[in-house]
Amino acid sequence: MNTRRVVITGLGAISPLGMSVDDLWAGLIGGTCGINTIRAFDPAGFTCKLAGEVPEYKIQKYVPKSYRKAIKLMSRDIKLSIIAADEAIRNSGLITKAIDAGNINIDPARTAINVGAGVISCDLVELAPAVAKSVTDGTFDILKWGRDGLENLTPIWLLKYLPNMLACHVGIIHDIQGPSNTITCGEASGQLAIGEAAEVIARGGADLALAGGCEAKVNPIVMLRQCLLKRATSENNDNPETACRPFDADAKGGVFGEGAGMVVLEDIDSATKRGVKIYAEVVGIGSSNDINPAYERLEPDGRGVQIAIETALADAGISHRDLDLVIPHGTGILADDLAEATAIQSVLGPATEKVAVWPTKSMLSNTGAASGAMDVIAAARAIDEGKVGAAKNCDNKAAGCRLNITSEVQQRNILYALCCSYTFGGQTAAVVLKNISGEI
Amino acid sequence: MANRVVITGMGIVCPTGHDIEGMWQAMLDGKSGMAKTAIFDATTFPSTFGAEVKDYDFTKFTKNPDWHKYGNRGTRFAIGATAQACGQAGIEIETDEPGDGIDRRRMGIYLGAGEGSVDNENFFGAIAGAWDDDNSQMDWSGWAKVGFGKMHPMVELEQEPNMPASHLAILTGARGITRSCLTACAASTQAVGEAMMLIRHGKADIMIAGGAHSMIHPLGVSGFNRLTALSTRNDSPETASRPFSASRDGFVLGEGAAIIILESLDSAKKRGVEILAEVIGFGSSSDAFRVTDMHEDARGAVQAMEAALADAKVGYQDIDYISTHGTSTVENDSIETVAIKKVFKEKARTVPASSPKSMFGHLIGAAGCAELITCLLAIRDNMLPPTMNLDDPDPQLDLDYVPNKARKAKVDVAMSESFGFGGQNNVVIVRRYRE
Repeated sequence: MNTRRVVITGLGAISPLGMSVDDLWAGLIGGTCGINTIRAFDPAGFTCKLAGEVPEYKIQKYVPKSYRKAIKLMSRDIKLSIIAADEAIRNSGLITKAIDAGNINIDPARTAINVGAGVISCDLVELAPAVAKSVTDGTFDILKWGRDGLENLTPIWLLKYLPNMLACHVGIIHDIQGPSNTITCGEASGQLAIGEAAEVIARGGADLALAGGCEAKVNPIVMLRQCLLKRATSENNDNPETACRPFDADAKGGVFGEGAGMVVLEDIDSATKRGVKIYAEVVGIGSSNDINPAYERLEPDGRGVQIAIETALADAGISHRDLDLVIPHGTGILADDLAEATAIQSVLGPATEKVAVWPTKSMLSNTGAASGAMDVIAAARAIDEGKVGAAKNCDNKAAGCRLNITSEVQQRNILYALCCSYTFGGQTAAVVLKNISGEI
Repeated sequence: MANRVVITGMGIVCPTGHDIEGMWQAMLDGKSGMAKTAIFDATTFPSTFGAEVKDYDFTKFTKNPDWHKYGNRGTRFAIGATAQACGQAGIEIETDEPGDGIDRRRMGIYLGAGEGSVDNENFFGAIAGAWDDDNSQMDWSGWAKVGFGKMHPMVELEQEPNMPASHLAILTGARGITRSCLTACAASTQAVGEAMMLIRHGKADIMIAGGAHSMIHPLGVSGFNRLTALSTRNDSPETASRPFSASRDGFVLGEGAAIIILESLDSAKKRGVEILAEVIGFGSSSDAFRVTDMHEDARGAVQAMEAALADAKVGYQDIDYISTHGTSTVENDSIETVAIKKVFKEKARTVPASSPKSMFGHLIGAAGCAELITCLLAIRDNMLPPTMNLDDPDPQLDLDYVPNKARKAKVDVAMSESFGFGGQNNVVIVRRYRE
């Protein structure tokens, strides 16, 4: 049975708010908006021209010299995961092969990795010249493609786009040889991955794990898809700061983005023996499903979200009344926000009035598979700092939303924090973190 | 106390059959599921053939085909395999008021599933139309114009790898823990292993677990062809998958879905359903070596096999049959043989180790669970599936691969191995059920 307790001892993030967890936290507390007009490509022809993009980075800085020739195998999603993993490992005080090969303090075979990943979009500029060689009378000709087109692709083309390559490259860089998984449940991936990694440690399958979520959504394939599905807002293109409005009456849709959030999870005995900082304990995880034949939206009563939260609370052995903070998925898609609000209100009951709810996507944008992991990181810092930030752009709560959405930065002693997420298609996730600073 | 985890249902849709008994009989007869590619015109590709699911109609398996009409090939296969598995396990599907006594909040889903194909015509058409060859740049507004004009939002959504699991939730009403993973060719072995762990540790009573995948589309075949991973034996598709032979030249890309119902022993007994076998061990590891090659000493594969044995609390001497990853690539079959020799020591040459991929091809994300199902059937019937096309053995590869002909043998404990691109190793062990 699950007997081992699992704690978070390291945090790492690259996000639209900056290159580090400190940047992320300072941005969230300062109410900074990481959303702007898309720089990665010219968005003029798209209904949504906004995104949350990460700062410029030099990937060489995060890849050991001996492995730099592999950079050509790395899509952007992979690079972001490498950057966040590097920070999380350094932050935890762990010494891996990449940090200092002479002083390694992990057992590679007892270290796990679990990454939530999205679909990695192929680089159309790379693909296009091959496609252009395969056109007859203005239309794509599959026979020409087979004969003349496909050989223009680099031989390792496919390997850049397999979702499990995030975990594989990070695992190679840091020499992680234990259980490795890649969760691909859209926007719920990050929290599902963190939850499963905690289970692996709890059951004794590993002593340490690197877990989180990463996705680079700011490309013409994903953006077109989100526009077609009308999940992306088509309004406020001239006013990026106000575009993403979770739980607000004027919410018009989501804004998508890119980033990576990784945490180091550790058996509590290992952490206390190392004498390192513990941000929080992972005490409850839950997951469920929407059951909705109209699956492009959440089911209106948010039942799948509700069950995930209830399962996580039961797993933690606590009551909803014990919660001090909820970080919801809150995308700014009004129907989905209302469904999620209904779910959270159903769980909290009369406690709805008192539990602080802090949506983050108005600042971070919706970074897909990374989003839930970033929220776990935000919750861990909130517990550590005893501080909760203010929601942005929720000026006038949508009718039906009774959540106690934070309106100002507040000092608050947090014992239990809940993060929840869901995705298109309906998988849901919830994670409960506990402040154990009083115990140790 | 940890729960014992048993299997109470199975279902399959694969190139050699759309149901368990059909697939199994074809396998015992050594039939090949390979033929010239029909899904798209691959005549000019380096590989012109594959192992396709043919003449399959998913609407036979659901009362609500409209709800699944945008589902990709993998999703459609998954619906058939799940309906079969639930039928065998006595799980009622497509009902708001199930009378099977199962708490839907204690029934979850764990799939190893891949992405659906892009909308080929519009995707390639939009690229071709927007590419400015003189300046080597894309006109993104041109791309968007074709996209907004021609692409269908639901067809786009269905390319996401979590969508097969979404459809299975709608089909079965499962409200328990649900995850979908994509660890390349090892995905559905991982899904079964992790799902087993959820039940063992009391997080669920029932898990619908397995895999669904199709990469038989232009970009998928192109990608594998560029990696030179696929066989190019175009003049003889049915003998092209030849694991462990000297003349093997790559795998044959297949597609399909394989689903099993995992259940706590208590739940299965309470419901009075037939128990097909017990899942006793799971091991997972990563090579941490190279994304392009397996570890040369089979380090990760050995670690996963030994972890599964330790988890199952059995020794290598107890294994009666190995369902190999056996892809028919030069590298995999050599390194897998090394791994078996390291783990099975003096028993390595006598433990039967065959490759179902020689018949139904490589189902990628769905491969692991499809092969685990052959282990369950080997246990049920005490029959070993053959490795077909093994008429020119590689002198370096000297294990008992059960060449060319199914064989009777006592099988109580079987091991199923999956090794994915990037160094993902997953191994599951199953045993004949006994009280």
